[in-house]
Amino acid sequence: MWRYMGRKLLVYALTFAVAVTINWMIPRFMPGDPVRSMLNRGSISDPGALERMTAYYEEVFGLDAPLHEQYLNFWSGLLRGDLGISVMLYPEPVVDVILRAVPYTLALLIPAIVLSWIVGNRFGAFAARSKVLDNSILPIGYVLTATPYMWLALLMAWSLGIVAGIFPTAGGHSYALTPGMNAEFLASLVTHWFLPFLSMFVVALGGWAIGMRNMIIYELEADYATYLRTLGAPRKLVRRYAYRNALLPQITGLAVQLGTIITGALLTEIVFNYPGLGTLVLDSLNNRDFFLLQGVFLFVVIGVLVANFVIDLVYVFIDPRTRVQMTGASS
Amino acid sequence: MNETLHVARRNPKLLIGLSVVLGFLLLGLLGPLFVDHGPNQYVGPQSEPPSAQYWLGTTTFGQDVWAQFVYGIRSTFLIGVLGGGVAFAIGTAVGFLAGYRGGIVDEILTMLTNVVLVLPALVVLIVAVAYLDARGLVVQAVFIGLTTWPWAARAVRAQTLSLATREYVDLARLSGRRTWRVIITEIAPNMSSYLVMSFILLFGGAVLTAAGLDFIGLGPTDGVSLGLMLENAVAWSALQLGLWWWFVPPGAAITAVVGSMYILNVGLDEVFNPKLREL
Repeated sequence: MWRYMGRKLLVYALTFAVAVTINWMIPRFMPGDPVRSMLNRGSISDPGALERMTAYYEEVFGLDAPLHEQYLNFWSGLLRGDLGISVMLYPEPVVDVILRAVPYTLALLIPAIVLSWIVGNRFGAFAARSKVLDNSILPIGYVLTATPYMWLALLMAWSLGIVAGIFPTAGGHSYALTPGMNAEFLASLVTHWFLPFLSMFVVALGGWAIGMRNMIIYELEADYATYLRTLGAPRKLVRRYAYRNALLPQITGLAVQLGTIITGALLTEIVFNYPGLGTLVLDSLNNRDFFLLQGVFLFVVIGVLVANFVIDLVYVFIDPRTRVQMTGASS
Repeated sequence: MNETLHVARRNPKLLIGLSVVLGFLLLGLLGPLFVDHGPNQYVGPQSEPPSAQYWLGTTTFGQDVWAQFVYGIRSTFLIGVLGGGVAFAIGTAVGFLAGYRGGIVDEILTMLTNVVLVLPALVVLIVAVAYLDARGLVVQAVFIGLTTWPWAARAVRAQTLSLATREYVDLARLSGRRTWRVIITEIAPNMSSYLVMSFILLFGGAVLTAAGLDFIGLGPTDGVSLGLMLENAVAWSALQLGLWWWFVPPGAAITAVVGSMYILNVGLDEVFNPKLREL
């Protein structure tokens, strides 16, 4: 068991190293001069400032040092928590800009993932092996997973936001309010949060329902289910056993799907101009702010790795078999 | 074979999925032939709702949405085949090799697969593609292929592992044939249905990923695609102006193509695997 955890951690460490290396390599080996193109597209009119910034970025990229030295410098800067200075919001450090956006993204992601997982599993288990439901929920599930996140977000913004006028469609809170812990501001936060959350929730729902439906069918064919049925156990009891067993692969599925859902969150945020990481990606692209873009990339990778690790831990506590192996290995 | 065909003809999921996909494929192939102006040309009145002349209306610049739509469907299929194809080639190669060779090769390839699997593909793509000044469809497809192959590799590896110990494979190995020949002649044919289904899933994944990239503004620099239509619609506030005909059709087409691909896949699964057929 500890060996298993060790291997997992090794993969995560490797992944992190690969991500950092990608981050370091891309600006250096892609065609073109990143510093020039970044500053050209950034809208800087004052020539003095432009010169200072060029000098700064040339130095940060360290382009005149030998390659291996550049690489080591990059790592040491990273470990000190230094991701560079944003071009777009000069002279604010990239880390600060990102930390301001992270809470918004998490506020969308965590409820959307957890709720869609719970509800999707229920739906899937409910649909399996009952012909009418199966033939309706299954196609709906597949169509939902095939829906591009931004398109459903657009449809919701247009129908519920603009045509019906129930929800606001842009921003994280009303710009007329100053952030604070008063009821009015919190209400504004919630109404702005609801539509992006809902559209992510709906798209993610389909995948979980399909996964659960397939797992339950598989479990219902297992020997223990047949045995229970021959004993005359009620259908509900058999299904409850099957459901608990089918949940385990769904937890693994959570880890696999994480990347897709995070991507979905970024796209959804862009539609609603929600002040999270997705909008930051778009802004940094439009302003050619590569430091910010790469900072967001690293943050997302770290987030995915941490979440994967948490899921691994949860799995150990939920699946008794891994616990047995654990004590078995140590005794 | 005859029995498979017989079952296939009676499987509604397969039939419905296949006909929707083929319908869109035809639209993408033939549609552009009947449009006598470029998809990005300013041809008509501005912001006009769908009419007999402009079937899907026009954009705020007077571009014909129908023209963009059919050209966009064409590039959707292209990106799916190319991107899905590259991912399929890498994924199956890695999977076969890891599953068949075992040992240290397997260890290394599995580690590599797991690393790429954990990295969120679209986010890697955004960072990589952002530095390219001119982007074409092919480049986009190659990049998508390079980042989306891992789960296919894992699935193929698992299947190969179970086939690699069969007697006929041992026999082929004993006859002294090269690794690749054994894989191609003995292992691959025995999991062909599985491979077809993997390709379909990779196709769908590539289409969705490409749409996401296009929407962020990292699409082909001089082209048309459904994702680009969505991007433009948002950039020029089609939402606020109520130009629904600009952003509803492209998303609907992506959903329909990818969704019916998935449903077609379930149908295929039921045809190939009798255990899954309706009770």
